[in-house]
Amino acid sequence: MFEIRDLHVHFGGIHAIKGISLSVEDGEIVTLIGANGAGKTTTLRTASGLKAPTTGSIWIDGKDITKASPQDRVKMGLSHVPEGRRVFPRLTVLENLELGAYLRRDRAGIAADLADVYARFPVLAERTKQTAGTLSGGEQQMLAMGRALMARPRILLLDEPSMGLAPLLVQMIFDIVKGINETGTTILLVEQNANMALQIAHRAYVMETGSIVAQGTAAELAQTEDIKKAYLGG
Amino acid sequence: MDQLAQQLINGLSLGSIYALIALGYTMVYGIIQLINFAHGDVYMVGAYVGFASMAILGLGVFESLALAMVTCMILGVVIERVAYKPLRNSTRIAVLITAIGVSLLLEYVMLYFVGAAVRSYPPLPDYFNAQFAVGGVVISAKSLIIIGVSVALMIGLQFIVQKTRIGKAMRAVSQDADAARLMGINVDNTISFTFALGSALAGAAGVLVGIYYNTINPLMGIMPGLKAFVAAVFGGIGLIPGALIGGYFIGVTETLVSGYFSSLLQDAVVFAILILVLIFKPAGLLGKNVREKV
Repeated sequence: MFEIRDLHVHFGGIHAIKGISLSVEDGEIVTLIGANGAGKTTTLRTASGLKAPTTGSIWIDGKDITKASPQDRVKMGLSHVPEGRRVFPRLTVLENLELGAYLRRDRAGIAADLADVYARFPVLAERTKQTAGTLSGGEQQMLAMGRALMARPRILLLDEPSMGLAPLLVQMIFDIVKGINETGTTILLVEQNANMALQIAHRAYVMETGSIVAQGTAAELAQTEDIKKAYLGG
Repeated sequence: MDQLAQQLINGLSLGSIYALIALGYTMVYGIIQLINFAHGDVYMVGAYVGFASMAILGLGVFESLALAMVTCMILGVVIERVAYKPLRNSTRIAVLITAIGVSLLLEYVMLYFVGAAVRSYPPLPDYFNAQFAVGGVVISAKSLIIIGVSVALMIGLQFIVQKTRIGKAMRAVSQDADAARLMGINVDNTISFTFALGSALAGAAGVLVGIYYNTINPLMGIMPGLKAFVAAVFGGIGLIPGALIGGYFIGVTETLVSGYFSSLLQDAVVFAILILVLIFKPAGLLGKNVREKV
């Protein structure tokens, strides 16, 4: 189980995250939706250790990881697909995927997971020697997700996987996210595309200007009038 | 024609040395966007360690080369940890000024201990002085050894960067440090390793230049350091092949200018070429013009 308790984050004098708490149970997809600038990305960056919180704590399976380095969090099974994909542009697809398994030593397991990634994203298998910077946006998103899976995470943090993609690709990416969850990976999904996110998520939190303003099962929230108005286009 | 071939061989020896130093500049720039002005002085320290190792410890040339590389490797890591790492989140200008400070510190601490006098490298084993005549061109074993050692080190570097785990980590950190953290890469250790590699190459270059010119002094790192920096910028700073091309280009240009015109002109020509390259290709020969990330 993954948990954030009363998290506060500042950027200089700006209070970006104002005491949020959320939890993701094993096997769930939980989505964090909200407008641009609500603090969703900062929440994920703090969760994976790229940004230090001011106060509050982050927990994996009852262990406080607030002070742990990003690499220790990866070792504990946390993997983060950052906003904007952040693939290594001048490395090949295969090298990017290999870096996803940077902390692992089990060659056989790595090979098996590589085969699994290629099965989920066949387009990557066709482009192993191509540099990542030359891939399309959708392919880069797949590579970023495949790279995160190479760490064999128990908890996957996904930041806006649908950003900037054509509608058909968005559907495909969400199907893949669902598939990853169905094979046993717990997922915390940050999205602006609330419609799609609520369709695949079990539960959801709604964030506004650094605070969580609503939470519930995805089905409940999708029926709430305020949420519909603000995030679902009516 | 023979004279040209002769000058080219000299140019390649000198170019090898510039290229070795330029590699350190370019790798450090690639990974933390710092022009490490102390790098030329690490090379100077390498030359002195080689000198002490041969003259005082009585070790052979290649043992001394290895000792200089190891010493400089440690020196480079210490400089990074003590002087640059605490400034990781400071402005770039603060780190740059610190680098200049470290450079002056190394120069004047060395001056204090060894004095300003120029020293001659100890006599080399006889086979260094062997000469082969190929047609009308005389090739000295010394040149071949300098070129050979440099090329071997460059191949070794290429292997480390391309094939090893830590090399992949270096490339990942240089392209996107945050994404590298998310892979579980320890960015601080990777930066230290980059300094270690670059400084070891500078140490090797220091010994090779002692062999090439036969004289060393505590301020000897300034000009070659500057030229190696020019070489790195010329080829496209941050790019390993760029440093190699730049180093050899400057080495050859310099020897051709001093061979055919005047040695007084060689530095002017080198820097004039840098200015021209930067006017037409601001990112260097191999560099792509990308807008700097803020």
